[in-house]
Amino acid sequence: MDLSRRQLLFVGAATGGGFLLGWHRPSGPRILAAAKAMPPAFAPNAFIRIGRDGRVTLIMNQVEMGQGTYTSMPMLLAEELEIGLDQVQLEHAPPDEKLYAIPGFGIQMTGSSTSVRMLYEPLRRAGATARIMLVAAAAQTWNVDPASCRAQRGVVTHTPTGRKLGYGTLADKAATMPVPARVALKDPKDFKLIGTPAKRLDTPAKVNGTAQYGIDVRLPGMKIATVAASPVVGGKLAFFDDSKAKAIRGVRQIVRLEDAVAVVADHMWAAKQGLKALTLRWDDGPNGTIGTADVVRGLAAAAQTPGVVVRNDGDAPAALAGPSKKLEAEYEVPFLAHAALEPINCTVHVRPDRCEVWTGSQVLSRVQAAAAQVTGLPPEKVVVHNFYLGGAFGRRLEVDYVPQAVRIGQQVQGPVKVIWTREEDVQHDVYRPYYYDRLAAVVDARGLPMAWTHRLVGPAIMARWAPPAFQNGIDPDAVDGAAQLLYDIPAIRLEYVRHEEPVLNTGFWRGVGVTHNTFVIESFIDELAAAAKQDPVAYRRALLGKSPRAKAVLDLAAREAGWGRPLPEGRGRGVSVLYSEWGSYLAGVAEVSVSKAGEVSVHRVVCAVDCGTVVNPDTVKAQIEGGIIFGISGALWGEATLQNGRVQQSNFHDVRVLRINEAPSIEVHLVRNLEAPGGIGEPGTAVTAPAIANAVFAATGKRIRKLPVEKQLRSA
Amino acid sequence: MLTLKINGKSHKVDADPDMPLLWVLRDLLGMNGTKFGCGVALCGACTVHLDDIPGRSCVMPVSAAVGHAITTIEGVGATDAGKKIQQAWLDLEVVQCGYCQSGQIMAAAALLAKIPAPTDTDIDQGMSGNICRCGTYPRIREAIKQAARKQTTAEKKG
Repeated sequence: MDLSRRQLLFVGAATGGGFLLGWHRPSGPRILAAAKAMPPAFAPNAFIRIGRDGRVTLIMNQVEMGQGTYTSMPMLLAEELEIGLDQVQLEHAPPDEKLYAIPGFGIQMTGSSTSVRMLYEPLRRAGATARIMLVAAAAQTWNVDPASCRAQRGVVTHTPTGRKLGYGTLADKAATMPVPARVALKDPKDFKLIGTPAKRLDTPAKVNGTAQYGIDVRLPGMKIATVAASPVVGGKLAFFDDSKAKAIRGVRQIVRLEDAVAVVADHMWAAKQGLKALTLRWDDGPNGTIGTADVVRGLAAAAQTPGVVVRNDGDAPAALAGPSKKLEAEYEVPFLAHAALEPINCTVHVRPDRCEVWTGSQVLSRVQAAAAQVTGLPPEKVVVHNFYLGGAFGRRLEVDYVPQAVRIGQQVQGPVKVIWTREEDVQHDVYRPYYYDRLAAVVDARGLPMAWTHRLVGPAIMARWAPPAFQNGIDPDAVDGAAQLLYDIPAIRLEYVRHEEPVLNTGFWRGVGVTHNTFVIESFIDELAAAAKQDPVAYRRALLGKSPRAKAVLDLAAREAGWGRPLPEGRGRGVSVLYSEWGSYLAGVAEVSVSKAGEVSVHRVVCAVDCGTVVNPDTVKAQIEGGIIFGISGALWGEATLQNGRVQQSNFHDVRVLRINEAPSIEVHLVRNLEAPGGIGEPGTAVTAPAIANAVFAATGKRIRKLPVEKQLRSA
Repeated sequence: MLTLKINGKSHKVDADPDMPLLWVLRDLLGMNGTKFGCGVALCGACTVHLDDIPGRSCVMPVSAAVGHAITTIEGVGATDAGKKIQQAWLDLEVVQCGYCQSGQIMAAAALLAKIPAPTDTDIDQGMSGNICRCGTYPRIREAIKQAARKQTTAEKKG
């Protein structure tokens, strides 16, 4: 590894005030001092700062939770700025909705597989704008035509004479240059960085233990708190006795909130012991008697009612009323916890005139707004420090833990770090919703579908999370992946029935709508293929005549997986195809075997991906590999179940996730083209469950219409 | 006061004997590379070495660590196996969110120190206590094999 890469430094949120804290020195104090002294002489936009010393700082508006944005975003900027990745340092962006909202959403958010597809052009434009101004500054200095100059690795050269000026030297002058009205972007054939497997910029710190996550904050005088919130949504604290907890060495204070108790201590061990020593009684409220079966009953009843029509090609209801052969099925997917490995945590320091928050979040400005609301302070008096996120998967798109930490912080002198135990994290998640789907198809004499109806029932996350996106009674996220159904069927009808079950808070979980819909659609199409006694790949191919990119990934995955080649006794292959709002086309082939006891082994997964323009092929592959593994855990075992309003799972003994000895071999094959970039963080997860369920069918003849798979195999 | 030997250095800490080593490292000594994931030895994020044996510091009473050589992610690069593992992690771009990786690297370094050329079964046994939610397992497996190959090559040369 070269030294310059080692020197990459995250300099914290410089603009929000509260700069670089004494504890935050991942790369040593020498570099820190230099960074601190850096005057950002040239700041042409919200993403680039160039100091007189030539230091180039790129502001990372998309947070890094493992998906590689702290490499792909710099690649976009650096490509057009003409700077090497080894020459930049990165800085977390502060909350600022005006500067850092993601295009298309208008929210400062990292999620929904948007970073590359929404910022591919804007960040390149930001880089090119800065470069043009630097070149203009050089040309003016030399009194030459800018067209006779070129920029490379942070230096502008006057080509005819060989004169050179560095970006640092040019910074002050560049700041006075007019901002170009029109910016030409590079022709892709001239890319030096985009499309290459550039090394991740965050790896060194994550390999030597210096990477800073929210949970790693250390502040002078900081206390550590851990918390027990009502085990039932809507419940209140009815009684508590803290006499034993207070006697524990290191416990400083017990903070009572309406719906939670926090033990504040010198360290986490004392806080945990203190929590255990509390006697608590809860007033559960109306949710205190509800179990999973009650939720399913509510959804099943709602599934009998018509929904809002999302898509209506041809006349599917008329076809269904006709005499042709009809197939019907109901599908269910469970509540799911995220179980990111970094438990939920949030550090706050509440003062009368100001509030500081340290946490890893996918929605920084919402953290700020939440803290402002609780404290009554104007948002500009709330400083938020962002960090690396130790996994998120949609969990950190929610800020429920921020008001809780601030309320605790309001009662504590000095800073306090609130850390949820794993048990608290599992039982107070914002869960992937339980969905209930009814499907029907009419098939012709060859078994090909003439009509397809899909009624999906579930909550509207977007109505809560982004109300303007909830239009005409349709949650665009809930129907994502179903609304775009690519199969060429003359009549298609999709209905959405909004049904809220407020017993659990529900939200985004790696792929959300698409993960759910792809499972349902790709399982049901497999049912149709089986009923027609046709090969699942050939059957899909016949319906993808109008979708060449989908057909191409299907062919590629099938070929690479050796589709049709004989398998050992007891093994089966399953296939699935995915397309959605993300704009990426995927096909997956899973190979599984099932033991007599109903245990599923996934031996091999082959995935073909066409996500259009690729910024970093190695990151894309990593996201697909990881997405598949996340998908396997969810498909085979994932569920959060309820009894008396309480989530029954608590830690990794009953929140089973895939381990290395259970991980299949994974092959990812990329289709390279110049189509618009598609999302890549979530599709690997979404394509996986149906491929596995279909493989289980191939191996056993058992059709999985309800997840998790193993529970169904055991109950069958 | 207890005296701990961590990464070759002596540290005095004022802790109850049953306080887990994890919280001594993180909250008393400010060594944050070792991570909290589950608190009950199910995820491996808190893995450290005690005399070269990997263990879960979240359930290890600090008193049990007294008198032993403790190695954490902050110091494992000074060991031969640890250095090779960290390099292989960089070469193969193993990490994603990175939160579990301190524990993965500690487990892998201990495995490689004990078994210079681990088989897939050895890797399964040595690494199955460490959860990665980002799903970096295929690369972890490859990185351990690469580190082993380098080690074997180096030994042959030596």
